[in-house]
Amino acid sequence: MSTPTTLFEKVWTDHVVVEETMATPAVLYIDLHIVHEVTTPQAFSVLRSQGLPVRRPDLTLATLDHSTPTTPVSTFKDLLVAGEGAANQVRQMEQNCEDFGLDLLGFGSGSRGIVHVIGPELGATQPGKTIVCGDSHSSTHGAFGALAFGIGTTEVGHVLATQCLLQRKPKTLAINVDGALPPGVTAKDLILAVIGKIGVDGGTGHVIEYRGDAIRALDMEARMTICNMSIEGGARAGMIAPDDTTIEYLQGRPRVPQGAEWEAGVARWQGLRTDDGARFDKSVTINASKLTPMVTFGTNPGMVVGIDEPVPDATDASFRKALDYMQVEPGKPMTEAAVDIVFVGSCTNGRLSDIEEAARVLEGRKIAPGVRMLVVPGSEQVKAAAEARGLDKVIIAAGAEWREAGCSMCIGMNGDIAQPGQLSVSTSNRNFEGRQGIGARTVLASPATAAASAVAGHVADPRSYA
Amino acid sequence: MNPVTTIRSRTVALPTRDIDTDQIIAARFLTTTSKDGLGKNAFFDLRYNKDGSLNEDFVLNRPAAEGCRILVAGNNFGCGSSREHAPWALLDYGFEAVISTEIADIFRSNSLKNGLVAIVVDVETHRWLLDNPGAEITIDVESTTITLPDGSAIEFAMDGFARHCLLEGIDQLGFLSKQQERIEMFEEARSWKP
Repeated sequence: MSTPTTLFEKVWTDHVVVEETMATPAVLYIDLHIVHEVTTPQAFSVLRSQGLPVRRPDLTLATLDHSTPTTPVSTFKDLLVAGEGAANQVRQMEQNCEDFGLDLLGFGSGSRGIVHVIGPELGATQPGKTIVCGDSHSSTHGAFGALAFGIGTTEVGHVLATQCLLQRKPKTLAINVDGALPPGVTAKDLILAVIGKIGVDGGTGHVIEYRGDAIRALDMEARMTICNMSIEGGARAGMIAPDDTTIEYLQGRPRVPQGAEWEAGVARWQGLRTDDGARFDKSVTINASKLTPMVTFGTNPGMVVGIDEPVPDATDASFRKALDYMQVEPGKPMTEAAVDIVFVGSCTNGRLSDIEEAARVLEGRKIAPGVRMLVVPGSEQVKAAAEARGLDKVIIAAGAEWREAGCSMCIGMNGDIAQPGQLSVSTSNRNFEGRQGIGARTVLASPATAAASAVAGHVADPRSYA
Repeated sequence: MNPVTTIRSRTVALPTRDIDTDQIIAARFLTTTSKDGLGKNAFFDLRYNKDGSLNEDFVLNRPAAEGCRILVAGNNFGCGSSREHAPWALLDYGFEAVISTEIADIFRSNSLKNGLVAIVVDVETHRWLLDNPGAEITIDVESTTITLPDGSAIEFAMDGFARHCLLEGIDQLGFLSKQQERIEMFEEARSWKP
C-alpha cells in the first residue's frame, strides 16, 4: 500500500515538472494564471524587452478590478474618477492584452470582476488545479481543492513566459473545525476566529487544509470566504477537499469540461482528499459551536474579539500602538465604537450570498443618519444576479449606495476611501493602518455585522437584527 | 539583477511587529506601471505627518538613520499583500537587506528575486540588533553569516538556490526558460489537460 498523502501533496505532485533538489527548487506547472492591471505591467515589460510571447494565453484569465471606478464606465473620461494613474493602468492592461493575445474580460463584457470572484463563477477554478495570480488573496480558489497562491510581479512574468514557477515545497497545517456554527454566525466569523487563534504568522511557510464537520457544512461561497483569508494567517494557500457541494456548484458553468471530460473530471476530483493516516506538519482544532459574531479591534486581522467581548489589554508596544491608532480602549466591547462608513464587498465577501446577507438586515430599515454605506458587488455577474433578485432596491431604499463591480474600498486604489480618522466597518480582509485611506480605522466583520452596524450607527451584533 | 555578495552598513531598527506591505508602500502608490522611483513613497504615512511635513520622530527620519542600508524589523515583517512594489520601494529607498525573526513568505520570495537580502535570525541575535541600532555589521551572502561589531559571526539560513542567484546576479526567468523541453514533455504526458 502506498504512503497516505494529504490533499496538498496530491495536487503538488501532479504538477511537478522538475523535482526539487538541495540546489534548485521544483519547477511547478500552473494550470490557471489570473492577471489584472496592478501587478502585471512590469511583467509585460520584461516579456516585451526579451521578445517573449505569453506561452499559454488559453490558461490565462485577464480582467480589470483593482484600479477601476465603481461608478459606470463607458469612456476613458469615466476611468478618471479613479485618478489619472489608475486610468492609465487600465489603459495599459487593455493594450498589453491586445499585444500579447489575451482575451480581456473588460468593461461591458458582462464577466468582469474581482479576480477571485470571476475565476470560480466562470468555472475556470476547478479542483486539483494549480492557480496563481499577482494577488495574495489567490488562496480563495483553494475552496475548490485547488492549490492556489499569490505571487509577486517577477513571478507573474515567469508564469506568462513559461507557465511554470520555481517553488520550494511548503509544509502543511491542518485546521480542524468541529461542531456546527450557531445561528447568526457566519464563515467570516469563523475565519476571523481561526486567525485570532493561530495569529497573523501562524501559517507562515505552510499550506492550510480546512477540515471537519463545520467546513463540510459550508456552501461554496462560504468556503471561499474561509480560504480567502488564509494569507491573513500567514499561509500562502488554504485548501478544502472537493465534495458534492463543489461539484454541484461547478456543474453547468461555462469553463468546466464538457461531456465525457466532465465525467472524467468529476471522477478525478472525487479522489482529491487527504488519505486516512496522512501526516500534517502542524494541526489546530477549533470548535465552531462556541463561536459568536467576530470583529477586529486592532490593525491586523489577528486582533479580533467576539462582538460582546471586551477588547483585551495591550501586551506590548506594538499592541498598544494598534489600540492608539484605532482609538479603542481595552476592557470595553467594540459595540461602543461609532461608525462613519460601512463597506460590503471584496473578494472575501462580495459574492451574491454576501449581498443577500447584508440585504436581509437592511430590508425595511434605514441606515443611521451620518453613516455612509457602499455595497460593491464582486463581479458584473454578481451585480446582475443581485439586481434580478431586487437586492439593489432594498439596499438603495435603506440609504446605501449600490455600485459597479470592483475591489473598491478593500484596497482604496480607485478613489473609494474612508477619510482620516473615520471608522469603517468592512467585510474585506485587511484592517492594516491606512489600508482604506490615510488614517482610516477599519473593523473587519461579516456582511450581516456590517449591515447591522450601518443601521445602528455603531458596531452592532447582527443577531439583534435577524 | 546585480550580484550581491557582502553588505557592510550601520543598521536602523524598526521594532514594531507585523509591519505589512501596505505600510511599506501604500496602495495609492501602486498605480505606477514601472518599478522605478518608489523609494520616495516607502513608509510614506510613517515618514510624513498628515499635513505633509516630515515626522521627525520617526526613526528613518532621524540623522542616525542616514546611509543605513540594513533594516532590522520586528517579527513577521512584510505580511499581507503580495505587492512586489514593497521590495522595489525599499531597494530604491536605499535598503539592501532586512533582518527579522520572521519574514512573510511572499515578501521574502519577492525580495530575494530583486536582490533585497531578507534574513531570518534567532530571537537572541534579533534582540541584540534591536537593542543596538546603528551597530555596524557585515552580511556575507557567500558564507551566510552576519558579523557583529565584536567580530562574532552568526550564521543564518538561506535557500541554496536563492543564495546562488544573489551571488551570481542570476535572473530566474533565464533559468526557467532553459527548462523549456521538460515543460513541453510535461504538457504532452499529462493524463488530463487544464
